[in-house]
Amino acid sequence: MATEENVPDKRHTVHVCQGTGCVSGGSEHIFSALKEDLENSGHAEDILVKRTGCHGFCQQGPVAVIEPEGIFYTKVKIEDVPSLSHSLVSGSKPLQRLLYHDPLSDTPIVHYHDIPFYGKQERTILKHCGGIDPEDIDDYRNVGGYKALQKAISDMAPEEIIAEVKKSGLRGLGGAGFPAGRKWESCRNTGGDVKYVICNADEGDPGAFQDRSVMEGNPHLVIEGMIIAAYATGASKGFIYVRAEYPLAVSRLKIALEQSRQEGFLGEDILQSDFSFDIEIFQGAGAFVCGESTALVRSIEGKRGMPKVMPRPRTTEEGVWNKPTLLNNVKTFANIPLIIVNGSEWFTNRGTEKSKGTAVFSLTGKVMNCGLIEVPMGATLRKIIYDIGGGIPGGKALKAVQTGGPSGGCLPADMIDIPVDFDSLTQAGSIMGSGGLVVMDEDTCMVDIARYFLDFNQRESCGQCIPCRLGTRQMYEILDDITKGRGRAGDIDLLMQLSGSIKRSSVCGLGKTAPNPVLTTIRYFRDEYEAHIAGKKCPAGICNMVSL
Amino acid sequence: MEEELLEQIFASYEGDRKELVPILQEVQENLGYLPEEVMQDIARFVGVPESHVYSVASFYAQFRTLPLGKKRVAVCRGTACHIRGAPQILHEIEESIHLKEGETSEDLEYTLETVACIGCCALAPCIKVNKDVTGDMTPEKTKKLFNGNENGNGGKRAG
Repeated sequence: MATEENVPDKRHTVHVCQGTGCVSGGSEHIFSALKEDLENSGHAEDILVKRTGCHGFCQQGPVAVIEPEGIFYTKVKIEDVPSLSHSLVSGSKPLQRLLYHDPLSDTPIVHYHDIPFYGKQERTILKHCGGIDPEDIDDYRNVGGYKALQKAISDMAPEEIIAEVKKSGLRGLGGAGFPAGRKWESCRNTGGDVKYVICNADEGDPGAFQDRSVMEGNPHLVIEGMIIAAYATGASKGFIYVRAEYPLAVSRLKIALEQSRQEGFLGEDILQSDFSFDIEIFQGAGAFVCGESTALVRSIEGKRGMPKVMPRPRTTEEGVWNKPTLLNNVKTFANIPLIIVNGSEWFTNRGTEKSKGTAVFSLTGKVMNCGLIEVPMGATLRKIIYDIGGGIPGGKALKAVQTGGPSGGCLPADMIDIPVDFDSLTQAGSIMGSGGLVVMDEDTCMVDIARYFLDFNQRESCGQCIPCRLGTRQMYEILDDITKGRGRAGDIDLLMQLSGSIKRSSVCGLGKTAPNPVLTTIRYFRDEYEAHIAGKKCPAGICNMVSL
Repeated sequence: MEEELLEQIFASYEGDRKELVPILQEVQENLGYLPEEVMQDIARFVGVPESHVYSVASFYAQFRTLPLGKKRVAVCRGTACHIRGAPQILHEIEESIHLKEGETSEDLEYTLETVACIGCCALAPCIKVNKDVTGDMTPEKTKKLFNGNENGNGGKRAG
């Protein structure tokens, strides 16, 4: 046995990532095998094997990090376990073959923080994702978890909390960017003895997984944010509306809620105050439109998830069962404990004038380093794609960047120096969205991408209003014709005309933004449309142009 | 057997209409789909017209009114998967197991479906067979995976 004083020095922790991406690569088995191996060799005491959430670098998964050194192992296989545990036990040099290789210099990089993918990020919401065990509340408390709640309840009046959130300038991170503090205030000022707080975790954008990763990696952060929101607005009941397609997030949230109840952070008289609040999980049943607030509310009420027609009262006035309801995205809630503990000034240090704090993106597509990233608002697309993402693989040229999912747009390569924040992206014709960022190279056909998104939007239209139900279908069919060599002169104008009508007359945000992928691709890549229609050619060679 | 199961499930609910979606989810989790007579029982239990239960069940993509195959193959059609070749992967699977998107084989061995996004975009393109996600799919990997499966199942069926 080691003596008392050298225990901390000798003790190592192996963080084995158990996010959905790494689990698909077998990381659960690696976790158990490594644990068993170390137990059998009598080293379980000085080498801890820890389950963590997403490290972010999903493409390199399964990922394992040896702390305190921060040695970063990638693409670990079950066969690597014996040599991995041997190197840990013997204290020998890091295993070369499992190290990350920098694709530019082709040299191995030993430490986590030296890898450009991590080194160029600024992680606040994601700070402990990958560092703590998401199924252990003590681990969260060891890094300061639930201190914000204690501070809020014992030192702050609800109005002070709202004032702090307003001062921070935090905007809703689900995509619309509505100032969070104002929403909270409106909910607080609406009378009524029953109020609800809902966390919108219905992350339905294809190409986005940041909310899932936060819930899987640090569920208590989101829960703590919700409890503070409930205290500030006067709510007594909460829901986390999470996609049923995210079973791992659901199970981690369930565990976290139970632990939080046991510790007295949820339930009656929280922290010996007279404030009571509890949270229930509601699993969304697979309708993209339920990300819209009124549709989400109807879905919780056991109805078809169809948005309410305008004009309508705000959800903060009439939400679930017509009671005042505060609805925020996962990342919005995740920011709250940080703002309460560190103060609004700390928060406003990052970001641009009108978009404060950080943005979390799922960086995917034709980019070298795919994964989950966090940057200050206002970082340029160039920094994201080249400094963090490592550029485009295979020596190909960047063609476009897609943000905002099916409601967003495609920005061309010459616009990658614009800062990424709510207003700049909207101005460019796209939207911030909830955080999907898909990189496209020269082999991507922009007409095919427009067709792809319209296919998605017409499938997901709830069907209650005609412009969206029939309009998106018509647009899809025109685009499908164009990509099959059946495009006609005048199709571009017709698409623009339909887009205008759909944007003006649809009931909800889904319909109003559904034409965006078409409008931005026409705006920036009109020549590709023309090549398909007039020349019957797909410049990227993706579309199967059936000859007439 | 269905009746017993329903009783067990109903026991943990109050019979309120707001419980409709969770009840449908739990029943489907156990039966694999929502048979018509079961939806009628659920309507009585939560006190809504049968048409309401059907309207909800048909609205959400998660619910099915037909039985599923033992192996549910879901091809992700998320954006990242799409631009990294998901259409070819879907085509390859369609060829291998002789089903089109949305179909279930007669022997109830396979169901082939597409899903909006599995959320494993960094491993695009990816597919899910029941609860297991496989990423970085290629046409070759697909062929291997499904032709292998087909032989294996053929053996099982013969036995």
